[in-house]
This record gives sequence, C-alpha cells and structure tokens, in this order.
Amino acid sequence: MKIHFSNQGNLRNFQAFVRSLDFSDPSKLEITTHDKWITVHPAHLVLAAALAVKVGKQNAAILGDIPDTGRYLDRMGLYKFTKTPSTFAYSEKEPAGRFVPLSEIKTADDQSCFIPEMVPLLHLSEQNAIVVKYIFSELVRNVLEHSLSPYGAIVAAQYYKKTNRISIGICDTGIGIWKSMRENWQPKTDLDAIRLALTPGITGTTRNEGGSIENGGAGLFFTKSMAKITRSYFAIYSGSAEYTLLKHRSDIKGTPTLYADPFRDRHTATNDAPAFEGTLVAVDISLDETPELTALLNIISQVYDDAIKERKRAKFKGPKFI
Amino acid sequence: MKNMIKMHQLIGDFAENKEVAKKLREEIILPSLSEGNEVILDFEGVEGATQSFIHALVSEPIRLLRNDALERLYYKNTNDNVQSIISVVYRYMQESLAI
Repeated sequence: MKIHFSNQGNLRNFQAFVRSLDFSDPSKLEITTHDKWITVHPAHLVLAAALAVKVGKQNAAILGDIPDTGRYLDRMGLYKFTKTPSTFAYSEKEPAGRFVPLSEIKTADDQSCFIPEMVPLLHLSEQNAIVVKYIFSELVRNVLEHSLSPYGAIVAAQYYKKTNRISIGICDTGIGIWKSMRENWQPKTDLDAIRLALTPGITGTTRNEGGSIENGGAGLFFTKSMAKITRSYFAIYSGSAEYTLLKHRSDIKGTPTLYADPFRDRHTATNDAPAFEGTLVAVDISLDETPELTALLNIISQVYDDAIKERKRAKFKGPKFI
Repeated sequence: MKNMIKMHQLIGDFAENKEVAKKLREEIILPSLSEGNEVILDFEGVEGATQSFIHALVSEPIRLLRNDALERLYYKNTNDNVQSIISVVYRYMQESLAI
C-alpha cells in the first residue's frame, strides 16, 4: 500500500488524495511526501496510522527525503506507527500548537478516558469544547460498535489558529459501511451505503423507525450537520466510495438548510475510488460559526423528525379508487 | 416509590459511555418502571450528553412501556445541552412509535 502526502492536504482536495492511494500490495505500507512542503489534514494521518497498525509496524515505513515541515508528522506521532526512525529533533518546550496526536481507542472505557483528556489539549472555550466532545464521542462510538475492527479507532485532531478551525480525523480498518448496512438495507454500492449511513434515523442494526435498543441512526447525520451549519467540510470514505460535503457558500446568509438526503447537499462523491477496507471520517468545524450546542441540536433534530415523518408517510396505504 | 440515579457518579462530566447506559437501563430503569415505580435521573454536574447515550438509556423503556415510561421518568438538574438531547430522543421516539 502507498500513501503520498502532498502540499494540498485539506478536505477540499480530499477526493484527489483518495484517488492517489494505492492498496495493491496489502502486505506493507509505504508513506512518501512532497519533497518541499507537506500539508496534511488529521484525516490523512489517521488513515496512514490505521493502515500501519494493520500491516504491523515492521512493515510500515516513511520513505524518501522528508522536508522540514515533515516534523509535523513526528509531532503528531506518525513515526511511532512505522519502523522509520524520526530524524527530527526538537525541544519538548518548543510550542507544539493545539493538537491531539494520533491515538488508538479500542474500547468504550478507552473512549471514556480519552475524551476528557483530549479536549484540554485543544484549549477550547466551554461552548466549543462540548461540540468537539460530542463529535468525537459519536464518531468513535460508531467505530467501536459497527466496524468490528480488532484495532479499534485511530483518531487525531488539529486546531488551526489562522482560520479558527478544528479538524478531526477518525479511521478504522474494519468491515466498512457497506457490510454494516448490508443485512437490513441491502445497499447496491458503497456509495449507496454511505448515503444510507448519513440519512437521519437509519441505522445498520434495524429497519425500524426509531432505531434499535442501542442505535438511533443519528451519529453521522448530526456530525455532518454540525459541519454544514458551521460552513465547513465533512468527508467520509469507505470501500470504493467517497463523499465530501462541500463548504456552504459564504455569500448565502443565514443558517444553512439541512437535508435528510446527503445528496441534496452541495457535495462531491465517487464510487470508483481505490477500495479501502474500513471507514475514514473527516470533519472540519469553524469555531467562528459555531452556535451553542443547544441551538445546533434544535436545528438538526427538526430535520431528523421530518425525515421520520416522511418515511412513515411513504409507507401509508393510499385509497383504492376504482 | 422513587428511584434516584446520580448520573455524574457513573458517567462523569460528559455522558457518552453506552455500556453504562445499557447497565442502567437493564438493571434499574426498566425493572423500576415495570414495577410501577418512578425513576429520577439526576444530571447534576453533567455538562453534556450524546444522542446515542440518551437513546441507549431511555428508548427501549419508551418503546416497551410507552406512556408508563413517559409519565414516570424524570430528569433533574439538567442543563440546556442535556435537556436538548433528551428532548430530541423523546420527539423521534414518539414520532416513530406514534404515541
């Protein structure tokens, strides 16, 4: 497998990154970088780390001449997942910025320990911290419950001061979305499965409205909606499918309209990406645009309710006119 | 009879651990409600909760016991965030069950 970190690593270019991946040799992982400048999103790092865990540290390497900006890979902990020793040296007192380094979460108890430890690293206001906690909790829980991966979730996050934005990446090398949706929904393609997974009220565990005992089918929809309301990007990659929610246009004022169907949102999507055995979720949250969680939830829940009503109405029997 | 559950002691500042939700649901909430008792969930000190946690905690009691659960489950010391999440779950459960 081969991953290349370019100098354009943001979610706007996420599909280009996905298309550049090479999974042809699953026995080893080779990570290369742009020779002069590296820009990576946490999503790129979690994918690399998750694949490194899967192939084993001894079969994962960072190759070639790494530019000075490659020290970021070291600070985020990527070298620890590979056999390549880091050539970067820095003082522990050097300002490290506000980030959550690559971390592995394998159990619900790991998650409960990680969440309160992680948020202080980002130095967020109380209002923003609760939104970030919410997103991390729901996305990691999705992995632990649905991915069936023995390796759990790999997570990372970065705060960008210039744009006042938090970027989050969460990845697993489990069964992928299509398989987790297959039993109850029979999606034809990986992209159909992603579409279902992003639709409010739909969970892979049941076809019943209101979900199952354990799942309401809202985690991914809530997260995507938080990205949309804060006019940010959201991306999801599983199997051969990749979907990116594009940033809401800045010239359109007011709260962005939410849709139950992710294909009604401004987005890009493909169903012929290199086939990835697992799921990668990436989200940006613009803190300038973040309303209080209560307000966010009120907007999101209205769409959730409407989606349930619409699906129920679709099942109504019509009058028999003869 | 009333059963009070101090949530902060069990789930900390942020309610996200569904294993805890499942244990509470199976060992306290459902048995208490089924016996005709009231259950008070005290969220003092809890700053937030995920929809998944609240769903795992109360959706099954609502699904099984309908109005008996809605009438005998109480939430105490909830801040706006927690109230919003609980309200979301109540709305979609009643919508989906047509209570």
